[in-house]
Amino acid sequence: MTTYIIRRLIQCAIVLLIVTVIVFIAVRLLPGDPLLMLVSQTETEEFSTEQLAELRIKYGLDKPLIVQYFDWAGNIFRGDLGRSLVSKLPVHEEILRRIPITLHIGVLAFLISVIIGIPAGIVCAVKRSTWVDNLVTTLANLGITVPNFWLGVLMIYFFALYLGWLPTMGYTSPFTDFWLSTKMLIMPVFCMMIGAVSMNTRQVRSAMLEVLHQDYIRTAWSKGLRFRVVIFKHALRNAVVPIVTLLGLGVPLLLGGSVLIEQVFAIPGMGRLAVDSIMRQDYPYVQAISLIMAGAVVFANLVVDLAYGWIDPRVRYS
Amino acid sequence: MTNTSIRIDDFSSAPPHISEFKRFFRVLTNRAVVVVGLVIIVTLILVAIFAPLIAPYNPYKLDITNRLESPSWQHWLGTDTVGRDTLSRVIYGTRTSLEVGLISVSFAAIVGVSLGMIAGFLGGWVYAIIMRIMDALMAFPMILLALMIAALLGGGLENVIIALAVSLMPGYARLMCGQVLVVKENDYIVAARSVGATSWHIMAHHIISNCLPPIIVFITMMLGNAILAEAGLSFLGIGVEAEVPTWGGMINDGREYLLSNPILSFAPGAALMLVVFGFNMVGDGLRDALDPRLRGMI
Repeated sequence: MTTYIIRRLIQCAIVLLIVTVIVFIAVRLLPGDPLLMLVSQTETEEFSTEQLAELRIKYGLDKPLIVQYFDWAGNIFRGDLGRSLVSKLPVHEEILRRIPITLHIGVLAFLISVIIGIPAGIVCAVKRSTWVDNLVTTLANLGITVPNFWLGVLMIYFFALYLGWLPTMGYTSPFTDFWLSTKMLIMPVFCMMIGAVSMNTRQVRSAMLEVLHQDYIRTAWSKGLRFRVVIFKHALRNAVVPIVTLLGLGVPLLLGGSVLIEQVFAIPGMGRLAVDSIMRQDYPYVQAISLIMAGAVVFANLVVDLAYGWIDPRVRYS
Repeated sequence: MTNTSIRIDDFSSAPPHISEFKRFFRVLTNRAVVVVGLVIIVTLILVAIFAPLIAPYNPYKLDITNRLESPSWQHWLGTDTVGRDTLSRVIYGTRTSLEVGLISVSFAAIVGVSLGMIAGFLGGWVYAIIMRIMDALMAFPMILLALMIAALLGGGLENVIIALAVSLMPGYARLMCGQVLVVKENDYIVAARSVGATSWHIMAHHIISNCLPPIIVFITMMLGNAILAEAGLSFLGIGVEAEVPTWGGMINDGREYLLSNPILSFAPGAALMLVVFGFNMVGDGLRDALDPRLRGMI
């Protein structure tokens, strides 16, 4: 297991390294001067050529690209994400303010998608081809189909504008006003989790169906074991590997979802910041957010891989 | 999923003998929901092709005197904020969506499958380099990656297609690589090699054809995803040019008039949902039809 863990950690570090290279290159490829990352467009227009050349030396932009990369990566790992081109504030301050908001919605959506999705998938597999299965499968098929941002617009129209039950948009911390916060979260969390819950249901269903066909399940039934023992002890345990994979996939799905959903409901989280910064060409934010989101996904994949090794001994030795 | 290759000479499990194509078609159309999906896709492709004949108005034509009209006999779905006919724009939006979806997924599939095949077949350093780069690309949530690339390149139809193709590509590479790793262990690959076939010949003639079924399913599923992602980009306003009719852009434009003209946002979203549903269901059906384990069951 130790070799397995070490191998995964090295792989993970390599992927993170490539992620930083991709972000670095992307930022350098931006139309115009890399100086734009450090000084805003209007300022560069005001400066004289000599002043610009001086700035270039000051920021190390005259050095070879590879040296620039290591300078840049060193800063990132020290937690220095640069300053906003628009507000001039350190990027990490704003990011730290917004992470809890995105996490709040994301974690809620993730938990609900697991709590509903996994049992729903099991029920569908066990009651295959009954009305329960048909109904839930149809709902899940619609759930992976519906564009979540459009669902958000529909819900705003129906629940906020038409019925007036819920606030249209915005975000309040649960520590300032728990009730208002919860009311504001209902629609965004629903839109965020609908895709994940449907995906979980479908995948758990097919993973369980696969296992339920196996000989050892027939043996378990023919031994006269109770329903609960067969399903939970024999079947679910063997279907758990694809389910763990699924939980790992939920992280990029929800982070991606936050980009659109936070826009629809005007929630000041990371996803909204990403879109706003791209619009304003405030690249230090774009850089920081893409690094953080990619880092979170790499970490989630690592956890999934380690879980594999723990659950399934065969994985460790392959 | 282990070995999903189709062996045409294997009829042992399917007596009485029926042709491979008939069997494929029978399994595909076995579930009603898949047939519904097929009908939706074919209809929408026809709508996209014949858009100029079907659309009652020119989708670009402004008509300031008739702006924000409610649905009527003249304008079935009303008109938007500059008086353009919503129905015509939804119809032309089918073109944009299908065009972006088909082209970006084709590019992603061609490049991704090639990279995955090279990585899986050659192994070693080539494998490590290609697959780690794909892992890194997959670490970015798809919409964020597409958003960044589109912003980098500066919007526009072609750039949206490139952005989506790059974001979708790693999935194909990973899937193909996994397939190749399984397929290349088969005896017929060893046999081909022993009679002196080159790596190139083996990849082009033996590997590709035996890895194809899951790739076909993935392509179908990803068409829906690509169309959704394009709509997401247009919704955020970083996509295709504003005057081009796109469902995502229309949903966003309609948000301002949600209380008075909800149809402006509802109609394009319904069309979007229909197309994604179609591709997802056809993908499901294809998966069943191409699954050798289900052979002989129907």
